[in-house]
Amino acid sequence: MITASEMLLSSKQVADRRAPGPHVSMFARMLLRAAVLRRRRAASALLAMIVAAAVATAMMNLYVDVQAKLRSEFRNYGANVVIVAKDGQTLPTDALTKVESVLGAKTLAVPFSYAVARSKDGQSVVVVGTDFARARQLNHWWKVNHWPEAPDDALVGMRAATVVSNKRQPFELSFQGKTIQLTPAGMLQTGAGEDSRIYLDQSEFRQWTGVAPSTIEIAANGTTAEVDASIRQLAQLLPAADVRPVRQIMEGEANVLTKTRATLYASATLVILTSALCVLATLMGWVFDRRRDFAIMKALGASERLVNGFFAAEAAALGVIGAIFGFFIGIGVAAWIGRVNFHAPVVPRFSVFPYVLAGSITVALISAILPIVLLRRVQPAIILRGE
Amino acid sequence: MMFPRLVYESFRHQPRRKLLAGIAITLGVAVATAMIAVATDIGDKINRELRSYGANLVVTPQEDTLDVEVGGVNLKPPSDGAFLNEVDLPKIRGTFWHNNIVGFSPMLPATVKIAGEAQDVTLFGTYFNKALRFGKEDFSTGVRITHPWWRVQGSCGDGRLARSGRVEDLPDACGWPHDDSQDILVGERLAAKLGKKPGDMLDVSGRQLAISGILSTGGAEDDQIVAPLALAQQLLGKPGAVRRVYVSALTKPPDALSVRDPKTMTPEVYDRWYCSPYVESIAYQLQEVIPHSHAEQIRQVAQNEGTVLARIKGLMLLITFAALFASALAVSAAMATAIYERRVEVGLMKALGAGNLAVSSIFFAEALLLALVGGIAGFSAGALLARQIGRSIFSSQISIEPVLFPVILAIAVFVTFAGSAAAIRRAVKFDPVFALRGEG
Repeated sequence: MITASEMLLSSKQVADRRAPGPHVSMFARMLLRAAVLRRRRAASALLAMIVAAAVATAMMNLYVDVQAKLRSEFRNYGANVVIVAKDGQTLPTDALTKVESVLGAKTLAVPFSYAVARSKDGQSVVVVGTDFARARQLNHWWKVNHWPEAPDDALVGMRAATVVSNKRQPFELSFQGKTIQLTPAGMLQTGAGEDSRIYLDQSEFRQWTGVAPSTIEIAANGTTAEVDASIRQLAQLLPAADVRPVRQIMEGEANVLTKTRATLYASATLVILTSALCVLATLMGWVFDRRRDFAIMKALGASERLVNGFFAAEAAALGVIGAIFGFFIGIGVAAWIGRVNFHAPVVPRFSVFPYVLAGSITVALISAILPIVLLRRVQPAIILRGE
Repeated sequence: MMFPRLVYESFRHQPRRKLLAGIAITLGVAVATAMIAVATDIGDKINRELRSYGANLVVTPQEDTLDVEVGGVNLKPPSDGAFLNEVDLPKIRGTFWHNNIVGFSPMLPATVKIAGEAQDVTLFGTYFNKALRFGKEDFSTGVRITHPWWRVQGSCGDGRLARSGRVEDLPDACGWPHDDSQDILVGERLAAKLGKKPGDMLDVSGRQLAISGILSTGGAEDDQIVAPLALAQQLLGKPGAVRRVYVSALTKPPDALSVRDPKTMTPEVYDRWYCSPYVESIAYQLQEVIPHSHAEQIRQVAQNEGTVLARIKGLMLLITFAALFASALAVSAAMATAIYERRVEVGLMKALGAGNLAVSSIFFAEALLLALVGGIAGFSAGALLARQIGRSIFSSQISIEPVLFPVILAIAVFVTFAGSAAAIRRAVKFDPVFALRGEG
């Protein structure tokens, strides 16, 4: 833009500056003057460009990131991989550490050990030893009124409670002649098999029964391919155990995710196309509006190439500026949507930028060249006469 | 009569400009319509997809004994405890929310001896895809609907092996036993242990049963046998008995009302609770129709549906806003450009003595015409687009509420007017002398 200080330059300085490359500086000047003189139209064209680039950026960012966000949402369904000891055996003692070393500390792996104990009146009941802190993180859907804290606290399933401790009294269980006194600290309700069981802290359970964990439930993050790779790795590491995917969880997730992704893709495409249309409408109007400039340039003897180059350069500059501003606004919008909808910001993906830039420039060039092609057939004299 | 003529001639003599603005409006409205239709329907569609997680309700006898089950092996004597009655099951179709009940499957476990095997094996009786009747209504239900992740490998009539299991390919599903037959499915780990394949016979507690397919579920069923319900009842010697029923229902995500105890509600609140498809109220209604039963939500499935659904719906809503915003901008931009190009005309009209009001009303009349035509065309195109999206992604229709039509049309007119207003104001204010001299 031409500022006041530039205007104060002496004519000599101006002449000096012009001397080395009159064409280049003239070209740049024409570009700048065109933008300054028609500030309003230029601003509205730029605004359209920025909005389109911002919308495109936000959509692409969301499309990439939402899948990861939804995947972590799906982990609330609990374990998608289970490791089960083969036929009545128990898992090796270092199984849990091995699992964690393969999958990383962030992955939740919860050990479970099972035993069938007898209550005082001779009823059989399944007792499970587990790590409460981990089980709580893995199984969000467990409805628990109070998580056990003391070592002899037990988490009692709704239906098990009616058998062992109807009035929330401390109760006794026996396993192979050894008895244990337990306090029902909390009640567990899930609507599934867990309701018939009693959960104990792992070390307490081990001390009482001597039974080691036979199952590890794992909530493995990542795409289907990544989870499959983890399963293969685990199977190699623990040859004595069965490592299997929980198909109910994996397939449900894949199903919903595929459909959501396809919908998102269709919507994002529609939105990006609409914003491209907006740019096209604005820019074409802008360029068409300047047919007098075009005619004057031609009348003064400018070559076809120069005129085309001029309008193309103008459009490209608009595309670049729009893409840069739009990109950052779009990242902001995507982050906001992530915060509002997923309560976690969408990570900005700078890998999207080249696509936004290329798209912006392409749309800008198309919107500039279309009117030029229409105008080329018209004699400059007719345009200048205002017809 | 000058006014309609002016408008008419404007359309007749400048078809290119009108076409451009019209296309912009049509496309903008089409995108807006399609996005609104998809966003309003997405909850229902995803809810259906979430049913692939299986049943979200389970009905058990009221006086049930404890399950003593470790790793899929049932240690409780199977004839122990109470049972539900099979004849009560079709009544599930008679509940208030029967249209929301996608399917149900009864389960009856029995412990059986397999010849040559030391360990007892659990055999489950269930419906595969059983034809039932309630009142005048025929329907079919079973594990093929409620447990969509079950896969069966079996031999088809012509001897080729086929894998199938999804509800969509019901007709050509091979390997699933018929509900009236004495054929069984054997879990894949058990089959591997026994060395059996589809078509073989298996000695189950002294009966020779044909294996119609190998079942793979990724769960405890892989070590078990699944049989038609009638067969399990015969083996157990309990005709008509059912241990539990899994029900898969489309539900509304839980909210403050859903978790309240129906006993403490006032009659109006109770009616509202009863008439909302909450998982709790559907459980309550199941208990009403099946005598001596207790229905409970399976929290792993039921509790997580709400969050996933809310996230996807929220996301689509925000994207729809983005789409509406982008379409409004596109329409405004197209209108502004169309009007800006006509300053000379405005100058001429004003030079001939037309007032600002007369000039503006011509433009607004043109905009209205464009908006109506573009709105109608765009609405139809958008409806087609939404249908296409529904068919290709969810293989079901996305229907557009007719009430949406006037709303969309009103929005189209409003956006077109809003987009034109600024441009019209500028065009009217412009000095006719400059405009006619071709400057500006």
